[in-house]
Amino acid sequence: MKDKLDMKIKIQLTPKATLVLATITCIGLMGITYFSKPSALTVREVVGSVVVPMQEGINEIGSWFFGLTEKKIKLEEALAENEALKNEVVALQEELKGYQSDSYRLQELEELLQLKNTYANYDTVGATVVSKDPGNWYHKFTINKGTKDGLAVNMNVIADGGLVGIITDVTENFATVRAIISDESSVSGTTEESLDSCIVEGDLQLLNQGYLKLSYIDIDADITNDAEIITSSISDKYLPGLVIGYAKDIKEDSNRTTKSGYLVPKVDFKHLKEVLVITTLKETSDKK
Amino acid sequence: MRRIIAVAIIILASFLLQTTVLQWIPYLEITPNILLIVTFSFGFMRGRSEGLYVGFLCGLLMDLFYGDIIGFYTLIFIYVGYINGIVSNYLVTDIVLLPMGLCLFSELFYNGYIYIFGFLLRNRLNVIQYVQTVILPETVLTMIFTIFVYGILLTVNKKLEAIEKKGADKFA
Repeated sequence: MKDKLDMKIKIQLTPKATLVLATITCIGLMGITYFSKPSALTVREVVGSVVVPMQEGINEIGSWFFGLTEKKIKLEEALAENEALKNEVVALQEELKGYQSDSYRLQELEELLQLKNTYANYDTVGATVVSKDPGNWYHKFTINKGTKDGLAVNMNVIADGGLVGIITDVTENFATVRAIISDESSVSGTTEESLDSCIVEGDLQLLNQGYLKLSYIDIDADITNDAEIITSSISDKYLPGLVIGYAKDIKEDSNRTTKSGYLVPKVDFKHLKEVLVITTLKETSDKK
Repeated sequence: MRRIIAVAIIILASFLLQTTVLQWIPYLEITPNILLIVTFSFGFMRGRSEGLYVGFLCGLLMDLFYGDIIGFYTLIFIYVGYINGIVSNYLVTDIVLLPMGLCLFSELFYNGYIYIFGFLLRNRLNVIQYVQTVILPETVLTMIFTIFVYGILLTVNKKLEAIEKKGADKFA
């Protein structure tokens, strides 16, 4: 009996040996996943298929619960708003009539010029935000659609008519999205009017104020405060023409060759629930 | 076996809490790190081996869902569990403030690691700003949560140990 126990102890790893083994495993895994990103890890699929439905369930209960209290407060606001809006509708209807005739004219002219509104041509898939990055350093979230809905890595995600982020990981049932407010994110932007380029970067320190960093603007560029910044066509992952946000506090840099400032994102990242995934990839859309 | 199931449920519940419920708290931009509490608590209560295994599972969950590369979070969680396991050899479990101290140490260790490898190496040099915006709020919040979570984990652990002891007595 005692011999048997001794045998058992010999086979078992000491804590120190386990630590060394685990460390090597981790570093090895980091190396492997860094150099060759496996598109679909089996472990991730399995864990995801268990966890994601649970998160969806919790969210459902949560939004029902929070919704009840929120509803009461919002009802009064809504009633007042309704009155104001009714008056506005009448005024707008008048205005609309004028625009409608303009619109027909525009359509005719566009057909003549063979212009295409690319923005509306992207195919999209709707998805719900399931969970958010539990850490405080990065800003990622998962959505409840995956490869089975046609999603793939590097697809752009939008909401409220603005750019939200990009898919970094995807499995059969869920996908991870990196928001543009994340510190490691950078997007090349431009403006519709001037076509001057700039870089929009997430910055953890500006995030508390609700801003992103807007930099590398040429000193002569015509990007002013409140200018609408859209994604530029030179980006390799982001589709052109998506609204990112609005420029703010543009100032000359100390090097006198560039300008920089802040960007107020179009999307309300704090209350993100429903998003749209554009299933057109930048590379594939270029080939067409 | 009973312990493995119990611990797995605890880890899963913590992950779900941290990714959903704790994100809803209004006016709170920062999320407390429940998985870290679970890791250092088990390391401290049960020694370095169990701390290591619990840390491995917690870190792996983070990596699978939110990691750019697999292993980044796992590595730090393993060490948090292991080091707290070593600490348990030298300190007495009964002092109430002790878990708070462990939490402080673990939080600084964990966030220091993420700052150095995730930010410093990308030339983000102003440490003080990061301490103010992320590390300090997260540490304080997690320390507050430690009081409750550690309490729950301690009770669960005592129950498990009682059951295990009963089982062992039966065979003896």
